[in-house]
Amino acid sequence: MIKTILRTQHVTMQFGGVIAVNDLNIVVKEHEIIALIGPNGAGKTTAFNDITGVYTPTKGTVLYTKRDGTEVDITGKKPSEIAKLGIARTFQNIRLFKDLSVYENVLIAKHLHLQSNFLSATLRLPGYKKEEEAMRADVERLLKEVNLWELRNEKASSLPYGKQRYLEIVRALATEPQLLLLDEPAAGMNPKETAELTEFIRQIRDQFNLTIFMIEHHMDLVMEISDRIYVLDFGTTIATGDPAAIQNNERVIKAYLGEDEDA
Amino acid sequence: MNNKRNLILTLVAIVVLFGVACFIQAEVDSYIRRIVNLCLIYAIIGLSMNVTNGFAGQFSLGQAGFMAIGAYMVGIFTVPVELRADVFYAVPMNPYLVNIYMPLGVALVLGGVLAAIVAGLIGTPVLRLRGDYLAIATLGFSEIIRIVITNATSVTNGALGIKNIPPLNDVRYIFLATAISYILITLLLNSSYGRAFKAIREDEIAAEAMGVNLFYHKNLAFMVSAFFAGIGGGLYGALLGTVDPKNFLFTLTYNFLLIIVLGGMGSVTGSMFGAIIVTGGLEYLRIFDEPLELMGVAIPLFRPGLRMVVFSILLMVCVLFWRHGIMGTNELTWEKIIHFIKHPLDGFRKKGVQGK
Amino acid sequence: MELFQAIANMTGAGLAQHLVNGISLGSLYALIAIGYTMVYGILLMINFAHGDIVMMACYFAFFGITAFHIPWYLTFIGTIAVTALLGVVIERTAYRPLRDAPKNSVLISAIGASFLLENLANYIFSGRPMHFPDIPFLSSMISVGGVQIQAICLFIPVVTVICLFGLLHIVNHTKTGMAMRAVSKDYEIARVMGVNIDNIISITFAIGSALAAIGAIMWGIRYPGITPYLGVMPGLKCFIAAVIGGIGNIKGAVIGGFILGLGEILIVAFFPQFSGYRDAFAFIMLILILFYKPTGLLGEKTTEKV
Repeated sequence: MIKTILRTQHVTMQFGGVIAVNDLNIVVKEHEIIALIGPNGAGKTTAFNDITGVYTPTKGTVLYTKRDGTEVDITGKKPSEIAKLGIARTFQNIRLFKDLSVYENVLIAKHLHLQSNFLSATLRLPGYKKEEEAMRADVERLLKEVNLWELRNEKASSLPYGKQRYLEIVRALATEPQLLLLDEPAAGMNPKETAELTEFIRQIRDQFNLTIFMIEHHMDLVMEISDRIYVLDFGTTIATGDPAAIQNNERVIKAYLGEDEDA
Repeated sequence: MNNKRNLILTLVAIVVLFGVACFIQAEVDSYIRRIVNLCLIYAIIGLSMNVTNGFAGQFSLGQAGFMAIGAYMVGIFTVPVELRADVFYAVPMNPYLVNIYMPLGVALVLGGVLAAIVAGLIGTPVLRLRGDYLAIATLGFSEIIRIVITNATSVTNGALGIKNIPPLNDVRYIFLATAISYILITLLLNSSYGRAFKAIREDEIAAEAMGVNLFYHKNLAFMVSAFFAGIGGGLYGALLGTVDPKNFLFTLTYNFLLIIVLGGMGSVTGSMFGAIIVTGGLEYLRIFDEPLELMGVAIPLFRPGLRMVVFSILLMVCVLFWRHGIMGTNELTWEKIIHFIKHPLDGFRKKGVQGK
Repeated sequence: MELFQAIANMTGAGLAQHLVNGISLGSLYALIAIGYTMVYGILLMINFAHGDIVMMACYFAFFGITAFHIPWYLTFIGTIAVTALLGVVIERTAYRPLRDAPKNSVLISAIGASFLLENLANYIFSGRPMHFPDIPFLSSMISVGGVQIQAICLFIPVVTVICLFGLLHIVNHTKTGMAMRAVSKDYEIARVMGVNIDNIISITFAIGSALAAIGAIMWGIRYPGITPYLGVMPGLKCFIAAVIGGIGNIKGAVIGGFILGLGEILIVAFFPQFSGYRDAFAFIMLILILFYKPTGLLGEKTTEKV
């Protein structure tokens, strides 16, 4: 049986009188690529924020299966704890450490695995030195694999937009996640770049043995890569299924083309 | 390896500077020595403030309070036991404390530790706040520390202050304390923990999503900052030979604010330059406070108070027109110095190209 | 228990005395706190110099009466006008150039402005405390039901309430007020909708500073020793009052001002042994409120967009 990585049970998020996410029930299984789609304002990013601990859901639970196979309740845990458990994410409007170098951006993502305390780090005790070397070696390997090594000393904010999106994904990979959440990775990309990104996502999934859960608007990308798709509209799940089923789903078509002008 | 070379160069520089410190101690009059010492102490406290404000991006204004803790630790425990009755003439000193004496070094470290503990206690509620709120809350705590000190008369001698602290106007001692503080702080900032601080400064939400525990790291930065402010405060008390609650008004913190703004928020070497300029400058500006006669005519503008007016205008001008200060978030590294020695003109050319 | 004991020991007149003191101090805090909350509502910054604007207003009134011998009522009107102007000038020189700068730079500039005003006052007016002139009737002591109080204490709450209602009228029922609310709700959209942001900000500073001047004049009559640093503590406390009430909310600032003013006076009245810690009360309140209700009593909940 395939392991379930993430389950949300009746997750609901309310801001004042607005229900941003309503009774969300998602199942993500190991090694899958799952897409979450829906018109603007459908509550997709809010769902991500509920999963990664940025928000605490008003109702419902988020369950996550750790690497050792035990399922834990991560509802309302701190984002940093959730990251340590193996969930990494990117952001809709790129949140890199702008003034730091590409190298530092990725190196910081290794910090969560550090065992040495700050005193042994300050005094450069052997235990810390070993860890630091290992972290640096990892980052070097990772940056070389994704062709960002040449740019390692550039400021993150000075990279072209597309590279920044890649760097954000790489930074997330550096935390050594089991589950990777991508929030509109192809936003602002042209068809050629989107095709490259599609390939990249598939490649990292296989290479790092990841499970991927993403929000995306580019339907080419979504339809090509996803194993299953969840469609949100006004916070409610209106359809789930494989790409073919979604493409022919009446409610989905209506949500995108119907009364809603923003879509 | 460049790292080896840099280490050796740094050690050589410290030894050379220590030689300079010995020379100053032996040859220079006590007024100049006092200024040099003040400058070194301000450099420690400026850097300590930079740890929270410049590196971790948490705008804290509590430095004066943490300094007071360090200074009073020195004041309470290093006054010779037989002189204490003279100091505490109004209200006798607490009987548990009156016979406890500590050497300066021990009192300094304990002062730093106590300041760090207080910072840890304060940090729990306060570091959840952002920006302006944090500034006001830390400033408030710095005042509360001062109010407590003023009222705990049997321990601190209240508003009368503590006199008779064995004065320490020794450049060698204070230089070593400064050098050790700078080395330790630099090592911390260049470690993985220091990178986590910078990540928080750059983007709290992203840092948290990458597994950086905000609460832990902000508190760590805050406590480290308080520790060194406590050490600096202790040295300050020892340099003055007397401590008084009025020495630690929150306006004292503005000196260090100017140091880090001028030197560069987020730059270790910048803090040092800032300290030199601000301390030297404040000393130099004393001419404004004295009556000035030009060709027999007294210039009426020059009278007490002008110095601080000029000082505050400098702070404003600096933040309005020169926001990144001398160093910004950059450092003066050996690479840059060596490059400059080899190609002295490059710097100017490069500046012309970057020109921002 | 101790508290009940203390209340029981207090005579009715004594209690009334403390209440009058608390209410008049609270009213003064409220007037000054409004300035903080208005500026924060619009620019999202602490106008650190606000307390020092109060101090400057005290000096303006002082010199108007003692040095220029202008009748006190004309001096007061002039003081309000000049102080409003001072507020606008500070905004133009210290804050406007940094409008697109990082928040910390603005904060530093505000601290610089505050420090500059204090040092300027110290330099120009000297650090020696001066005695605010006695104003006919207002400064005198009168007896109300056996309680000796200064006449101004009866006026302070009345003036504060009048100012509050006047201000609420401006904010809620005039075009300028509508523009102010628009700017504080969403700066960018207000700009796009054709609101002249610069003017609105100037008006906000002018109103806030004028209220500070009214507060300052009454402060001077009530507590006549004036020094260059007199605005520092009230300034910090009034900012805290604004935070307690919910920053950006005018009624909240008034409520916060009363809580702090009354609390400060009553704590000292009931627990004289803590009188040395009087100034710490406000900061402790700040920490408590931020811990349990970070947006203040009347503040709106905000969440950062991710």
